[in-house]
Amino acid sequence: MSPELFKILLMATGETLYMVAVAASLGTLLGAPLGIFLATSRRGEIFAAPVTNRIVGAIVNATRSTPFIILVVAIVPFTRLVAGTSIGTNAAIVPLTIAATPFIARIVESAIREVDPGLIEAARAMGASPAQIVRHVLLPEARPSIALGLTLAVVSLLGYSAMVGAVGGGGLGDLGIRYGYQRFMPEMMLAVVAVLIVMVQSAQTIGDTIARRLDRRTRRG
Amino acid sequence: MNAIAFPPVASAPLADFQPAQAGADPVIILDRVSKAFRPRAKGTPVVALEDVSLSIRSGEIVGIIGRSGAGKSTLVRLINGLEKPTGGTVTVAGVRLAELSERQARQHRRRIGMVFQHFNLLSARTAAGNVALPLQIAGESKAKIKRRVDELLELVGLAKQRDRYPAELSGGQKQRVGIARALATAPKVLLCDEATSALDPETTEQILELLARIRRELGVTIVLITHEMGVVKAIADRVAVLESGRVVEEGPTFEVFSAPKHPTTRSFLQTLSSAKLPDHIRTALTGSAKGASQAVVRVQFTGPQAEQPVLSRLARMLAIDINILSGQVETVGGRGFGTLVIAVPSDSASVEAVTAALTRLELKAEVLGYVA
Ligand SMILES: Nc1ncnc2c1ncn2[C@@H]1O[C@H](COP(=O)(O)OP(=O)(O)OP(=O)(O)O)[C@@H](O)[C@H]1O
Ligand SMILES: [Mg+2]
Repeated sequence: MSPELFKILLMATGETLYMVAVAASLGTLLGAPLGIFLATSRRGEIFAAPVTNRIVGAIVNATRSTPFIILVVAIVPFTRLVAGTSIGTNAAIVPLTIAATPFIARIVESAIREVDPGLIEAARAMGASPAQIVRHVLLPEARPSIALGLTLAVVSLLGYSAMVGAVGGGGLGDLGIRYGYQRFMPEMMLAVVAVLIVMVQSAQTIGDTIARRLDRRTRRG
Repeated sequence: MNAIAFPPVASAPLADFQPAQAGADPVIILDRVSKAFRPRAKGTPVVALEDVSLSIRSGEIVGIIGRSGAGKSTLVRLINGLEKPTGGTVTVAGVRLAELSERQARQHRRRIGMVFQHFNLLSARTAAGNVALPLQIAGESKAKIKRRVDELLELVGLAKQRDRYPAELSGGQKQRVGIARALATAPKVLLCDEATSALDPETTEQILELLARIRRELGVTIVLITHEMGVVKAIADRVAVLESGRVVEEGPTFEVFSAPKHPTTRSFLQTLSSAKLPDHIRTALTGSAKGASQAVVRVQFTGPQAEQPVLSRLARMLAIDINILSGQVETVGGRGFGTLVIAVPSDSASVEAVTAALTRLELKAEVLGYVA
């Protein structure tokens, strides 16, 4: 592979990392509170608001069931509004974030629901407020599961980011299509796939390690 | 345990026992409390408690015993205000939690410690971190939290394990952390919901000893929810028997043990190991005197008569042989409580004479059956 092509590959890798990192961060920022709300607002729960819970749940489900590629196209006007353009890396972050948010919300919700209800009972008996229960009990106890779930989200985002590439979003997907497919350069296609594999593997390994570090539920030597 | 020497049963409290001061103020008052849960779907409400009245004095250990579903946990949740009664009033330390705002109720809950069957410790926090939790919730300063945590871990004998996570502790150690945590905010009342039910007998004994010591040293009032009579026997001053949401019997532990009135109480007492006959006698026991040579009689010693040589006098008086099959002295509600199983000749005259003589001595005698 020529040095120029290598430079292009490097840049595309950087773009992908940038898109995924920003979308994952924004998605967590928006999705985590949503997930906390979904996990604690059913009837009888600490932030009980059953009606709102159902509405939010429905919106989250609707977003999640929209195929990503359709979502990208459908929200173009919104993307333009937010990013000022509908092509390029920054524009791609908008649909990526919108796809990541409900996904992460459900991940956080299920992680929190796994927390032993006895711990909530104990905290309430101590006189903890709902906010204190979330902060001191639910989030710390759900941390290992949240870490694993976020890893899953990042891996999915890597896949999605390749998809936005196909519609002009930049990054590795874009590169693979333009060089590998349209200009028929199989070695570039191969290189793109290889880089994505390394990224997914690394994300998974890092995520697993963090989750294991956080998890104190089992004895260890 | 055959033919043991039967030590005198003292009616005076044992040295390590401190009865609640007579006339001390009640800290927990349940006045005609009822609790019904509205069903989710249509249907009749579930009545968990009905017309329960109980008054628990300061510094007292009260056992509340009942089968699964009797309403024990509901009772606890009413005391700490996590549930509101549907009838009657619950007053703790002069305050009716049900009438407070949620915010005020939270403040008050800090004066009531709670210990759980399954410990309910945060897996992500060390022993020290768990004990610190109620203090953090109460908004205490870091320095104060550290001081108090060290103090409490020392009290429950876990100073060395302070940095271990719950997964690295034994059941008994976890419950010690649970107790230290419950005591963190220096509560007046400690509610223990099946605190020893997940522990083996030896560990149970240690935890009960710890609770007795806490009452002695800190003067904390303890409500002990359990389904095991052994737990009540070991440390409760008073006991209330709960059945289908009602208190069916209540009184000082010793009195309830020596003269149970309600069938439920009796069946709970029968679960005690001391109430069980040795296997070789139990299997040989028949209901009829026909063909049997001896009658098996259980005698209960609950008072000062035990200091007299009852059995030898009985044998001399009635000119019969008395055989001791098993015997045991336990401490119930801080007093000695003896159970003796004897064999006497099976003819009805002897049996009647023996039971009459024992009754005259104010001992409780019960013919259990006959053996060949
Ligand atoms: N939140 C609730 N909603 C509906 N019914 C309830 C609720 N909590 C308890 N009950 C019912 O009230 C009754 C008493 O329950 P409780 O948990 O107090 O029993 P318990 O004596 O603690 O039993 P266990 O020994 O099994 O813990 C049961 O019939 C139970 O089904
Ligand atoms: Mg219970």
